[in-house]
Amino acid sequence: MANQFDVIVLGGGPAGYVAAIRSAQLGMSTAVIEKEKLGGVCVNIGCIPTKALLHSAYIATLLREAKEFGVDAGAVKTDYGVAMQRSRRVSDQSSKGVEFLMKKNKITVAKGAGVLQPGRKVKVANDVYEAKKAVIIATGSRVKGLPQIGLEINKTTVISSDEALFLDKAPPSLAIIGAGAVGMEFADIFHAFGTKVTLIEALPRILPLEDAEAADTLAKSYKKRGIDVIAGAKVKKGTPGKDRVTLEVEANGATQTLDVAAALMAAGRAVNTEGIGLSECGIQVTERGFIKVDQALQTTAPGYYAIGDVAGPPMLAHKGSREGVCVSEHIAGKKPHPIKYDNVPSVTYCHPEVASIGLTEDQCKERKLDYVAGRFPFSANGRARGSGETEGFVKILRDKKYGEILGAHIVGAHASELIHELAVARENEYTVEEVELAIHAHPTMSEAVAEAALDSLGRVLHV
Amino acid sequence: MATSVYMEALSPTMEEGRVVKWHKRDGDPVKAGETLAEVETDKAVMDLVARADGVLRQVSAAEGQTVPVGSVVAVIAAPGEAVGAAAPAPQPAAAPAAGTGERGAVPSDPAPAATPAVPADATRVRASPLARRMARDQGVDLELVAGTGPGGRVTKRDLETAERAHVGAARPVAAQPAVQREVPLPAPRSSVVARRGTAYEDIPLTQIRKTIARRLAASLGPIPHFFLTTEVDMERAADARGALNESLGERGKVSFNDIILKATALALAQHGACNAWFQEDHIRYWNEVHLGMAVAVEDGLITPVIRNADLKSLTEIGREAKELAEKARTRRLQPAEYTGSTFSVSNLGMFDIDQFTAVINPPEAGIIAVGSIVQKPAAVDGTLAPRRRMRVTMSCDHRVIDGATGASFLRTLKQMLENPLAMLL
Repeated sequence: MANQFDVIVLGGGPAGYVAAIRSAQLGMSTAVIEKEKLGGVCVNIGCIPTKALLHSAYIATLLREAKEFGVDAGAVKTDYGVAMQRSRRVSDQSSKGVEFLMKKNKITVAKGAGVLQPGRKVKVANDVYEAKKAVIIATGSRVKGLPQIGLEINKTTVISSDEALFLDKAPPSLAIIGAGAVGMEFADIFHAFGTKVTLIEALPRILPLEDAEAADTLAKSYKKRGIDVIAGAKVKKGTPGKDRVTLEVEANGATQTLDVAAALMAAGRAVNTEGIGLSECGIQVTERGFIKVDQALQTTAPGYYAIGDVAGPPMLAHKGSREGVCVSEHIAGKKPHPIKYDNVPSVTYCHPEVASIGLTEDQCKERKLDYVAGRFPFSANGRARGSGETEGFVKILRDKKYGEILGAHIVGAHASELIHELAVARENEYTVEEVELAIHAHPTMSEAVAEAALDSLGRVLHV
Repeated sequence: MATSVYMEALSPTMEEGRVVKWHKRDGDPVKAGETLAEVETDKAVMDLVARADGVLRQVSAAEGQTVPVGSVVAVIAAPGEAVGAAAPAPQPAAAPAAGTGERGAVPSDPAPAATPAVPADATRVRASPLARRMARDQGVDLELVAGTGPGGRVTKRDLETAERAHVGAARPVAAQPAVQREVPLPAPRSSVVARRGTAYEDIPLTQIRKTIARRLAASLGPIPHFFLTTEVDMERAADARGALNESLGERGKVSFNDIILKATALALAQHGACNAWFQEDHIRYWNEVHLGMAVAVEDGLITPVIRNADLKSLTEIGREAKELAEKARTRRLQPAEYTGSTFSVSNLGMFDIDQFTAVINPPEAGIIAVGSIVQKPAAVDGTLAPRRRMRVTMSCDHRVIDGATGASFLRTLKQMLENPLAMLL
């Protein structure tokens, strides 16, 4: 039968296409069903194009400050449209890269919206694909609006990242609702392109999932740059007009009215579980709407697995990719190492970057853990001073008794790259001593990691 | 031509040998078959014999030195033959595995200067730095912990799991005075059996468990059985049964078998270490008690299962046992009714069998074989009196249950049967 495969993956995002590659590597015939472009949200309207735009923003900021470094770039002019076009090329390149990887691994790609059917089958238009071993559900998630307060996404004045990524011009003013990773990154981008940005967060702090110290550092940095940050604020009502949006925002007991050219919704995502035949196959969802899975990521229906955003938080590409690898190995009869969900790094790529792994200091306190916080500021790091990137710090939370690295938090340039030393350490259960014992090259930003480890032992050298 | 003298594998499991004494010295003439040295193996002191005629030369293993199997410890040169430079001294074997908790648990200890760097071998304990610190602090021997990390590394989680398993499997039995007039009561327990949330816990096999499993299985067949027999005084059980049946009247009858099933289930709930499945690379310790009950059928036997037997009343067990036995005889048992037992009971009492041994029903780790209740003279309070006595023999899978573990379970069972009121505690 032509449409019979060992494994069928529904969704070609970072979870799904990685699952397909790993399945193919393990000798299973594999098909991926994708209704849009391969690479999913991440490659096309998420991680990748935003990183391209953030780099444009970084260059703009750098050039504005270049004179101090002995480089006078004159008056810096920015064009969001050009930056956007470049980001599209980057995305297309990445999506084509995924296409190539599918070909290279002899994975069949079926274009269209797949609907699950009982008996490990997936219907795509008039074709039925049948899996001999397993169906992997990796349909991902999408942005959601807040229709209950009048802010249904209308794609002109009330937009989501989906639209923001395709704008020809940066709007003169923008309210961003939600100061998680997405909100923070767009605030950074649009501010650099001359937009008057107001960042609104319902919880008491921006970056609510990050360590309080990291969030405070970012709030200060943003305010200093001229981005309005309103935390602990409730958007009571939104009234979209023709080319304006009026927002009623309640904060600190007072209500203020914001009149902006557009509002960008960045307050959470909804999983794509509707209309894909879950209930027909006996696949249950949790109270929060995620697909119910066991430790091996099997759903409540035998032969159906779920990975990535639909399988539950954290909704991160790298978490989905790892699940894809594990599920494929499990289906192939291997015994993959269980995923350590408490060791998934989290990164916000705004400037300065925020990266973390493990527990925050508040979580350590809540759990009544006996810990010591080791800190090292980049202002004391030679490399950071050289490049004028002294904002931020490295903080390592060390278990007092055994030296276990309970959590690590980095704010600063290249934090997204620096965090992995601590991810490797935690994965291998190295303690702060092993981190500190590894010789760190001088001068590097990474030295701050070793110094923070030393500080947690009371032996910091350069402060 | 010179012949090398190797440290030979003098027992099937020997990996290294300690030279106790050389019977021949360097330069002594030797004949094939002559004893060269005494070598202590993992089991006994054995003779290392010459495999050729000639002169013993280049003795490189000193008395008292332990060397791995396969190392050259000397050469036998043909008479008058000049042998080359002294053979390199054999590498000392790694320190013996057991009984040296410090080794491996202390990462910072430098290797002894004389020991050249040796590649990681099977005897080296692999553990994460964090696990090493925790083990050192808690006095845990990492050798005894099964590692689930990359390459079998012991991780923090493994230590925590091992700790839980230890608490769960080896629950201490209340100490009993050696001599007692009264029938001893088992340790008090609530009538509601406390259980952990999961149906079972999979505990990976430790190295020692793996070795026990491999060796015993190799010597005794697929399942290394051993047997424990005890004689139970059934006077009180018989009295209790009589009284119960009288009060039940027309509403049913309690059989001795029902009482034995109930007591076994309750004893298993207290001895999780006997309520287990051997699963090749791990042992599954069941928190639930599903009791298999061997039933003779026309052309063989089948073992229907009373699920959660420890939570059921005597009458429930009785009713279920009767139904299941009837279904077994009429071949109406559903697969779910004869699979999944965690321990079994085989009773041949009705066939006038005094005592027998039952074959374990894999993957279970134990089964008890119940003989008939016979009146025989027994000493009670120093006087000989006729007593109803019953012999119970437990077959244990030695890969899972050790002698003392089985004995401890059997003692609880005996105590419950000898004082049926204890089951109500």
